[in-house]
Amino acid sequence: MSERAAIIGARLLDPASGLDTTGGVLVEQGKIADCGPRLFADGPPADALVLDARGRCLTAGLVDMRVLFGEPGAEHKETFESGTLAAAAGGVTSLACLPNTQPCIDDPAMVEFIARRARQARRVKVYPYGALTKGCDGRQLAELALLREAGAVGFTDGDRAIADSLVMRRAMAYASMLGCRLIQHPEDPALARGGVMNDGAIAARLGLAGIPAEAEVIMVERDLRLAEATGALYHAAHVSTAAAVAALRQAKARGLPVSCDTAPHYFALNELEVEGYRTFAKVSPPLRSELDRQAIVEGLADGTIDAIASDHRPQDQDSKRLPFAQAEFGVVGVETLLAISLELVHRGHLTLLQLLDRLSRKPAELLGLPAGQLRPGAAADLVLFDPDQPGRIRPEDLHSLSRNTAFEGRPCQGRVLWTMVDGRIIYDAGRQRPI
Amino acid sequence: MAATLPPARFPHHHLLGIESLTPPEINLLLDLADDFVEHGRRTDKKLGHLRGLTQINLFFESSTRTRTSFELAGKRLGADVVNMSVSNSAIKKGETLIDTALTLNAMRPDVLVVRHPDSGAVALLARHVNCAVINGGDGSHEHPTQALLDALTIRRRRGRIEGLLVVICGDILHSRVARSNILLMTAMGARVRLVAPKTLLPATLASYGAELCQDMEQGLDGADIVMMLRLQTERMQGSFVPSVREYFHLYGLTYEKLARAKPDALIMHPGPMNRGVEIDGRVADDIHRSAILDQVELGVAVRMACLDILTRSLRSAP
Repeated sequence: MSERAAIIGARLLDPASGLDTTGGVLVEQGKIADCGPRLFADGPPADALVLDARGRCLTAGLVDMRVLFGEPGAEHKETFESGTLAAAAGGVTSLACLPNTQPCIDDPAMVEFIARRARQARRVKVYPYGALTKGCDGRQLAELALLREAGAVGFTDGDRAIADSLVMRRAMAYASMLGCRLIQHPEDPALARGGVMNDGAIAARLGLAGIPAEAEVIMVERDLRLAEATGALYHAAHVSTAAAVAALRQAKARGLPVSCDTAPHYFALNELEVEGYRTFAKVSPPLRSELDRQAIVEGLADGTIDAIASDHRPQDQDSKRLPFAQAEFGVVGVETLLAISLELVHRGHLTLLQLLDRLSRKPAELLGLPAGQLRPGAAADLVLFDPDQPGRIRPEDLHSLSRNTAFEGRPCQGRVLWTMVDGRIIYDAGRQRPI
Repeated sequence: MAATLPPARFPHHHLLGIESLTPPEINLLLDLADDFVEHGRRTDKKLGHLRGLTQINLFFESSTRTRTSFELAGKRLGADVVNMSVSNSAIKKGETLIDTALTLNAMRPDVLVVRHPDSGAVALLARHVNCAVINGGDGSHEHPTQALLDALTIRRRRGRIEGLLVVICGDILHSRVARSNILLMTAMGARVRLVAPKTLLPATLASYGAELCQDMEQGLDGADIVMMLRLQTERMQGSFVPSVREYFHLYGLTYEKLARAKPDALIMHPGPMNRGVEIDGRVADDIHRSAILDQVELGVAVRMACLDILTRSLRSAP
């Protein structure tokens, strides 16, 4: 690719500035040199490679703040090579990966390892989270300052909650000193113990052990109190219940610097998916009731829920083709993030700019990442997508090593056409083979 | 300034903490201690102030330097000194402590020096004995003789305490040395700034008039005095701080961080110090900057002054 590229005839979308107009983007040396409606009025520069967007949507690449890859420890489920390709195919240009690997990312040297492995894949930008506690076991603080200096963008124990209130309080106090966000898996482990799906009538009928919605809100409310006492930048991950959304809405109204995200399966699916003991609908937290699902949509619409993250958690067939109770939790999602999220726009819950705000600008802001904005000077991390193109989600189309999608066969509207990172096209839907 | 006019007498029966002392009383003790420093440097160190009196050092918590310092202070003043170390396991709380107090009291000592791992325990014991009690450190509450010896060290090196910026760094939360020093330094007109990770820095200490700071370099900015506190390794494994290496990285006193303090800033440490944890060994050993060994020497003189002043009424001394 030449040094300069001119993207012409695009519908430019930038949630940060509210821009939604037809125009062009000039990419120079990996950065956005210029963008806007009147750019290329006299035609694109002669030496530039011209990419005709044909009126499709061009926006800053998505920022997925919750992804788990299999490296290190579960390379058969996902590697940085496969995972970053899947991300690129999903229009994601920056992602934050969870530290609950084997071994977990609780040492500065491990942060460097993740950064190196991600660099070698040469696709999307990978930002590691550091473990909040050593071994992600919720007892002893990890070396947060050293992890931060090594490049950790936030601290979390991944899919394990910090159950001990004293540990949480100290973790919050310590992390707040570093100005770094602390991401909690909000689930009371005692209430969730042994549970495999949402507690309620369906669980009762299926004979499956339930995880009550209270398990989430109890943890969120405790954490909000501790966050208020310590001044911590607290973030509740993959919020799934109406009660938790309400608690977070109140906390934000009080001015606390707290935030939260949800995943597409929590606003697109409900507990009925578990019918037939479908293990691909087994996620943590579990798919909730229809009322909860609607509350998640409302939370996204009114901004209580800051971000949509894929909560990508690859599982191989052997981990899912099991009796429901024995199957692993988790679904892949980085690749279907945009297509499923666009349902919110097609159904009129969010505007396209609002959706892109939750998918790129806001998560970038929460983690302090240089991403999520379409403006001159920013890295040319872009995605071109057609928001209307119909299709169907097919596991065989996914680039992940694992194909455990909860959306198999689901009709969808919206397709990523190409993805660019630092001015380089890293995914092109028109090509047969991966770049 | 009231501090320049020492009171004629010292009105306290015990020395339980800095909290009950006024600036003139503090100055009286420091002036007296100043005189004892010279005595300690002679070949014949013996004085007769406490001849015939009995001093018991009752330590419920292990100690080397404080106990030795009190023992030497008593002996140099001519007292009969008995050391009693009580292992923690042998002692429960409450009544047993009071029983111990009553038992010892029956032996008619004149001074009891008490150290106890529980805050408030020394004051409790003092209520049940007739003799003078000196707090040799109670839990995370007070360690008055340490603060007095720190004050004497500063006064001798700098000529004054008033107006200086005293920065206390480290495990403030658990430190009795910090509490006594905050009280003493602010009473004497110094500015006190506390530097520690948020997990070891109770925000409520701001009510003592101390500034709070979580960043070491920022905290050291313009410091006249840098007091380092020991990070207790038994607490390292808790969730207060993640590890020794991270603590040293953030809060260990190195020449680099010290560059933010005044060029002649004095470095102090109550001991025992952990090199490579809260202080770089080279800084600790820097004879131009470190007053750590001065502190130890002056500690004996300060304790002599305390013993002297609390026993004056017994001896009908002025």
